[in-house]
Amino acid sequence: MNAVDFILAGMLAAATPMLLAALGEMVVERSGVLNLGLEGMMALGAALGFITTYTYDSHALGFLVAAVGGAALALVFALIVLGFVANQVAAGLAIGILGTGLSSLFGKSFESLTISGLPKLALPLLSDIPVLGALFVQDVVVWLTLLLALAIWAVMNHSKLGLIIRAVGENPHAARAIGFRVLRVRCAAIAFGGALAGIAGAYASTVYTPLWADGMIAGRGWIALALVVFGTWATGRVVFGAFLFGALSLGELTTQAAGVNIPSQLLACVPYIVTILMLAVISSNRRRMRLNTIASLGQPFEK
Amino acid sequence: MSISFTRRAKASRVAMLLAPVVAFCCAIVASVILFTALGKSPGQALYSLLLEPFLSWYNFSEVLLKMAPLLLIAQGLAIGFRANVFNIGAEGQLIIGAIAASALPVWYPMGDSAWMLPAMLVMGAGAGMAWAGIAALFRTRFNANEILVTLMLSLIAAQVLNYLLLGPWKDPNGFNFPQSVMFPDAALLPILLPGTRVNVSLLLALIASVLAYVLMRHRFSGFQLLVGGLAPRAARYAGFSETRAIWMSLLLGGLAAGLAGASEVAGPLGQLQRSVSTGYGYSAIIVAYLGGLNPLGIVISAFVMSVIYIGGDNAMVSADLPVAAVWVFQGLLLCFYLAGLTFIRHKVTWIRRKVAP
Repeated sequence: MNAVDFILAGMLAAATPMLLAALGEMVVERSGVLNLGLEGMMALGAALGFITTYTYDSHALGFLVAAVGGAALALVFALIVLGFVANQVAAGLAIGILGTGLSSLFGKSFESLTISGLPKLALPLLSDIPVLGALFVQDVVVWLTLLLALAIWAVMNHSKLGLIIRAVGENPHAARAIGFRVLRVRCAAIAFGGALAGIAGAYASTVYTPLWADGMIAGRGWIALALVVFGTWATGRVVFGAFLFGALSLGELTTQAAGVNIPSQLLACVPYIVTILMLAVISSNRRRMRLNTIASLGQPFEK
Repeated sequence: MSISFTRRAKASRVAMLLAPVVAFCCAIVASVILFTALGKSPGQALYSLLLEPFLSWYNFSEVLLKMAPLLLIAQGLAIGFRANVFNIGAEGQLIIGAIAASALPVWYPMGDSAWMLPAMLVMGAGAGMAWAGIAALFRTRFNANEILVTLMLSLIAAQVLNYLLLGPWKDPNGFNFPQSVMFPDAALLPILLPGTRVNVSLLLALIASVLAYVLMRHRFSGFQLLVGGLAPRAARYAGFSETRAIWMSLLLGGLAAGLAGASEVAGPLGQLQRSVSTGYGYSAIIVAYLGGLNPLGIVISAFVMSVIYIGGDNAMVSADLPVAAVWVFQGLLLCFYLAGLTFIRHKVTWIRRKVAP
């Protein structure tokens, strides 16, 4: 398998954990809340997903438990920032630390056990295309994630619900004045984001690399946060950014396979360096950032 | 009946002092429930976590040893947090500081110059500053969010450390362990309390606390930083610059973290190791908040957090609690504290609803 085939075949799966988490966070941020605890919610989802899948031999159940766990942790965050009107940056960090701690606490006795992943499904016809065909042989979660991205795009841009979420994010006081319950909308968005982060973690630990290892999320939650900025809160661009990072994270394996002798630790830095550069490129256009940034992002809402 | 928060006209001082104490108690109760659910003995866990650190002089001195890096980093971070500049990458700045400080003893393992140690501390502090300075540059020049940039820089620093310890800086006689050579005596910090491992870095941290207090209280620049972060537009009218607040916050935070990293390798470790930081950079964030972002409060919260660290080490042995238990506790502590902060600015009122019309 040459490098192009390898990247085409692997990039969607590599992108999926980041994409799921980023899509959830995008909805949360559109409602005006910044949840920095993504890494922790993903770690918790990864641990719970792995433990459940290992114990009951069911990926579906694993994803379900991971989603519930992620949402539960997100609701703790919601209670702190919505109920107690706390600083969202600090609360997000607290949730991140808590989630990471809980994941290693729960996962301790499952360290280094392995399970089997999910089979790949080939899309008929498309997978027969030369070279590009490899792109269309993926597991079911990848396909569902892409459908979910489409659904989120449709809901955010072409439905009343999307309009409500955006109104709450852009101008919570006006939204309240016309009768929407700001805190309830935000709470639901946070829970949704948490559930997706949990599923994202479970995908990483039960499908992408089907094993549990402490610290296995390895910054992917933070990259997902950066992806939301990179995508300037638009679904399509978030998806594009996730694919780009999926391909990048495979670069390490590809260069090794190609026999290029660069220490793996330094190659592992590439996605992080690219994240910084990409943030700089996107954010340096201050006018565009101002136009796209959610107006009430990170600000507590008080009646 | 429902609960409602109404804003107080003035911040409540009682609530301000009570919030961290109540949060601490709540975090204890919540962790005991959690540990019991996991089948651990709650009594033994509590004993190890809270009492054992005080029961022997050795344990207590270890608390003071842990306190030095936490206090130093937290004081540096709090300057930025007060100005709304969120440097959450102290972990990376510490690692880079430790690496830079280790360069000298790694290159001159037989060195015995009296200048070695001071040079190491300066290099560590400078490297930490430079690492945080990257984030400041990206924030001021390209408007890139410093939270994400500092965190990414931490992940990069961890990989650089791994690379050095697995490759060029690995001790050739170290049985293939990922660690550097042992440092010569000239590269080690003098011991402060004889018979313990407590070194002069505790003194450095206390001096830094005094400086942080002076910066906040008596100097114009403390005020400038505060305004620059809280109200950038107002600050600009007043002739202060947001850019300066960002640079100053990040550089001072990086300096403190870099110095802490240098003190770790020149102190209790005596060599560069993979575990040069056991999450000090992240714990220091909690320490800074728990201390109310106030230099005096931070001294107390750094002490409390060190007790938890040492207690957690003990509990690992005696109560069979995993290391992660300390992280869970710290996360819970910050959650409860942030919730408790509400009562400083808000009054709780119970609204009794009779019959809904």
